[in-house]
Amino acid sequence: MEYFHSVRLEQDKCKGCTNCIKHCPTEAIRVREGKAHIIQERCIDCGECIRICPNHAKIAVGDGLETLALYRYRIALPAPAFVSQFAGRAGLEQILGSLLTVGFDDVYEVARAAEVVARTTRRFLAGYRGKRPLISQACPAVVGLIQVRFPSLVEQLLPLTTPMDLAARLAREKGRADTGLPDEAIGTFFISPCPAKITAGRQQHGGVPGPDGVIPLAAIYGDILKGLAAAPAYACRAGVAGYGWGQSGGENASIGGQRLLEVDGIHHVIEVLTRIEAGDFQDIDYIEAQACPGGCVGGALMVRNPYLARLELRQLARCLPANAGELPEPGNNLATTPVQPRPVLQLDADLAAALEKMHRLETTQALLPGLDCGSCGSPSCRTLAEDIVRGEAQDTDCVFVLRERVRVLAEEVVELARKLPPSMAKPEGGSNSENQGNSN
Amino acid sequence: MKESLPALELAIPVRARDFLAGGDGAARIRQVLQQVGFPPGVIRRVAIAAYEAEMNIVIHSLGGELKGRITPEVITIIARDAGPGIPDIDLAMREGYSTAPREIQEMGFGAGMGLPNIRRCTDELEIHSAPGAGTTIKMVIYNR
Ligand code: SF4
Ligand code: SF4
Repeated sequence: MEYFHSVRLEQDKCKGCTNCIKHCPTEAIRVREGKAHIIQERCIDCGECIRICPNHAKIAVGDGLETLALYRYRIALPAPAFVSQFAGRAGLEQILGSLLTVGFDDVYEVARAAEVVARTTRRFLAGYRGKRPLISQACPAVVGLIQVRFPSLVEQLLPLTTPMDLAARLAREKGRADTGLPDEAIGTFFISPCPAKITAGRQQHGGVPGPDGVIPLAAIYGDILKGLAAAPAYACRAGVAGYGWGQSGGENASIGGQRLLEVDGIHHVIEVLTRIEAGDFQDIDYIEAQACPGGCVGGALMVRNPYLARLELRQLARCLPANAGELPEPGNNLATTPVQPRPVLQLDADLAAALEKMHRLETTQALLPGLDCGSCGSPSCRTLAEDIVRGEAQDTDCVFVLRERVRVLAEEVVELARKLPPSMAKPEGGSNSENQGNSN
Repeated sequence: MKESLPALELAIPVRARDFLAGGDGAARIRQVLQQVGFPPGVIRRVAIAAYEAEMNIVIHSLGGELKGRITPEVITIIARDAGPGIPDIDLAMREGYSTAPREIQEMGFGAGMGLPNIRRCTDELEIHSAPGAGTTIKMVIYNR
């Protein structure tokens, strides 16, 4: 399976320090020969490694402004959290207008599409009688986490497309109506807070098109700042409800309801999903789960501190009405294809063989010291055991096992060194004769 | 030679009243099943049954153990504890019945869903218990 990933390693910057391997929620990173490697199939592009790397060797690769040149009419799709990054320097409408100074012809706020998704979600929840809780699909890192680590929960993902994809489809329709240009001439570009959305933008689910490109916020931050002072005002077409999606709790607030739960930060999301899989939380209707601290305001490609950004977002939105007046009818644009599990953690495609490997994994793990030090390049002793069983590592990759082997070997060497050929005389006054000979 | 394959055995101690660690045993069994590659539906049923049984030990007993025995065809979980035992098993199987001490019910545990939930998830369920002699719950889930 060929998988595009936005998260990459910059070889030159990586010092092989092993900081990243411990924080990856899918244990996708190993350090080998002094450099980190991402196991492609496991990576969910959550960006945890980008946040944690002290050398800034982990990066996200998206589209640049030069790709705008491929289209005749270019529409920017700013994530709801986008505006939070420029608060204090201009008002909301001017911040949106600044996108027109960097090469875009129009703007379509993802916040507006978010309100459409919220409205449909509200209706869907009202008629839903299946397994609860339903889980939001809005954060692609969480969807990836579910595919890799919680495959039984894919059926509880809300079967609606994300605000990003919906915004792209609605923007394209609007662009067509405004300009009369054909679809190929219209380019839609999501301005992304995170690597996960870059990857999601590239994977067109079941052929339904999302944005044509995804530009990392950090990559155009400087350009936007430059254009901000002279930027024209762009009339905001979304409300507080839509902009709220930029932070944890905002999606739930715009859907409305009694038993909606929000969780942010990937490791907290893992705790909640573990409970759901164990049968808890059945009295909860809906889970808004976001991989980043504080939600998208804390995205790995955002520039400002997440907590400050959250405050700024709330303040900027204060001038807006609660909801966008009339909302567009989404038609077929909310369709998604069902999410499939990604069984990449399996030890073997054959169950019996996998069980045999699990046997060896458990016995191998028992021989390791259990310190989870990371010196072997695997995130924990258990993962090293897994790598050994998969044939990708050896037990002597563990420094403690190696040291023990060396000690045993050294003792044998000392032992051997004491032995003398039978033809040689014993040393004078050989008091330690018991160690020497086999001569009689 | 599938038949000669020895079953994978797991044994995880469970401490009474350790609510912070409660659920770790079930989570570990779940992780093993996922890495072996059982179907998501089977994993989920085991996860729920093991979790409920583990929480029963945490809430009601003086401590015990969760044991897993895994073959490609069948997964058996045995939860054994030292504790007061269940005086009336039929009654305990009823939804909403709980003997959890009041302070624990107030923490949001012990809503009396444990055994009925386990029964829903398992293909075979055996409970042995006598007052004062502890409880053993054997849960069998077929892989099909
Ligand atoms: S982006 Fe996330 S899943 Fe991918 S390697 Fe980094 S930490 Fe792991
Ligand atoms: S919480 Fe938002 S910014 Fe973070 S990974 Fe998910 S969608 Fe991206």
